[in-house]
Parts: sequence; structure tokens; C-alpha cells
Amino acid sequence: MKKATINILLAVALVLVAAISYLIGGLRTDPEDGFAGTDSLATRHIQAAHPDYVPWAQPLFQPSSSEVESGLFALQAALGGTVLGFTIGRLSARRRSAQPSDEA
Amino acid sequence: MHIAEGFLPVGHAVAWFVVATPFVVHGARAVIRQSREHPESRLLLAAAGAFTFVLSSIKLPSITGSSSHPTGTGLGAVLFRPPVMAFLSTIVLLFQALLLAHGGITTLGANVFSMGIAGPWVGYSLWKLSNALSWNRHLGIFAALAGADLATYVVTSFQLGLAFPDPVSGVWGSVVKFLGIFALSQVPLAVIEGILGVLVFRLLSDVAKPELERLGVVAAEPETVAA
Repeated sequence: MKKATINILLAVALVLVAAISYLIGGLRTDPEDGFAGTDSLATRHIQAAHPDYVPWAQPLFQPSSSEVESGLFALQAALGGTVLGFTIGRLSARRRSAQPSDEA
Repeated sequence: MHIAEGFLPVGHAVAWFVVATPFVVHGARAVIRQSREHPESRLLLAAAGAFTFVLSSIKLPSITGSSSHPTGTGLGAVLFRPPVMAFLSTIVLLFQALLLAHGGITTLGANVFSMGIAGPWVGYSLWKLSNALSWNRHLGIFAALAGADLATYVVTSFQLGLAFPDPVSGVWGSVVKFLGIFALSQVPLAVIEGILGVLVFRLLSDVAKPELERLGVVAAEPETVAA
């Protein structure tokens, strides 16, 4: 099979798993909760099972709304994506310039 | 896998710090050594870090009706061995603790242990195992990335179970409850991460073949092996 074909099949498989997981999850999700994060579910479970536990530290900085929070998550993804794209571009250029005299 | 700020008893929080610190220090030295001795691998090292940065910023919906983060630590563990990931994961977790109120400073030790130490070592072991069994290389990458992802959340469940034993069923009962929250949700995410890892690995095999050969991740071409 051609390289590109395999890559496309892998990408399709990835999207399929994500889509199926979303559809199945959608049937089970609590309408009020949407797809709540597992991290916050764990915190909620601790609070329910151990009502006497008092968290002894608070986050130094808390994004003031979910919009701000998702923006900061996007910033994280953007930083990572930029670096990843840059490095792959550089690697690719290095490889191309090395190839004519591959003996090096 | 982000245990929230303040949500580990003091003793546990301190203990996880003590356990995680040597790994992180060792990892930081591994990063420095790698980039000093092999400047040509800096780009690939940055790519491994960036991969974790991107993946851990994404929350994906799961079959359980909740959503969770992939970790992206398996790739760097395969390329550069696990210690490097202890350091890179610490950077990611610090970013999230300070800017996103995700995880926390008091729980940093525990979170670094699950995401930056346990996950990468499990992923790396699966990669080594797949090599020993001479599996297809891509299957090995898939297993390493999915395994690192899943193991991270299993470890978090144990950490929380130990810290908050169930009044009736004890530590084990509590671990099972946390596994119920984390583990099943993580399965499709681990699969997604595994597939994405194979795609990125295929890309890297194209653009960074000499580096991957030097790192021993892909077999060197015959003429270099003979030497």
C-alpha cells in the first residue's frame, strides 16, 4: 500500500474512534453535565465521599470564566503546535539539504 | 490525571514530591546532556515536548459521557528514553497548574509521578517488549503511546485511592471507584493517542531518519550497521 494511503486510513480511523466515542458518550452523559472532565468528577467524588476533607490549598490563579480557560488551553495547544510544526519543518529542510550528498 | 490543588493530604503530597524529585532532576540532566552531546537531536527533543504540550491541552469526549486529556508522553519516552519525559511533563504540568488551575502546585509531585514517570516508563517498556517480540514497529509505537496514556490514569486512581480510602471498602474499594472514573474513559483516548502517535512517527521517520537511526529507534541502513 502507498504511504499516503496508509496515512489517510490512519487519519480516518482516528476520526472514527473519536466520533464513535462521542456518540456513545452522548447517550450516557448527564444532560446538565455535558462531557464533564474526569478530573473534576474525581474531585467531586472526593467531596461526596469525604465531606470532612478540606482542601488545604487553592489555585494561585483561576481563570475567571470557562471562556478564559478555553482560551488558555488554546494558547497551550497553539504553543505546542507552533513548536511541533517548526521542528518538523526544520528537520525536513535539513534532510532535504543533506540528501544530495547522502554520504556525509 | 490532574489531581486538583489541595486535593491530597499533606503527607501524601509531600511523599509524592519526594518520590518525583529525583526523577525530574535526572530528567533535566538527561535533557541537557542530550542537547549538549547531540545538538542535532534538539529539534526532535523539542518536537517530543511540543507533542505532549499539544495533546495534554486537548480534552476529548469519551464513551463514558465524560471527557479527559491524552498525555502524549509515550512518543518522547520511545525516542529519548523515559527520564526526559519526567522533565518535559513537569513543564507542561506547571503551565497547567499556574495558568489553568488544572492540577496544582501542592499536587505537582503526584501528577508528575503519574504523567511524567509512570506513564513514560510503561510506554517505554511496551516499546521494548514489542521490539523483543519483533512486532511491527508501528504496532509498538501504538502500544507505547496508548500504554503510557492509560497507565497515567491508572496510577492517578491508585494515588487517590491511597489518599482517600473508602470508609467501607478501604483503599482497594476506593481505587476501584477512581478507576471507574478514569480508566474506562481513557480507553478510547488512549486508542486515539496511539493512532496519532503512529502518524507522527511515520512523519518523523521521513524527516528525521538519521536522528531516529542514531537514537536506535529505527534500524540503521545496512551499510552503517556493517561498520
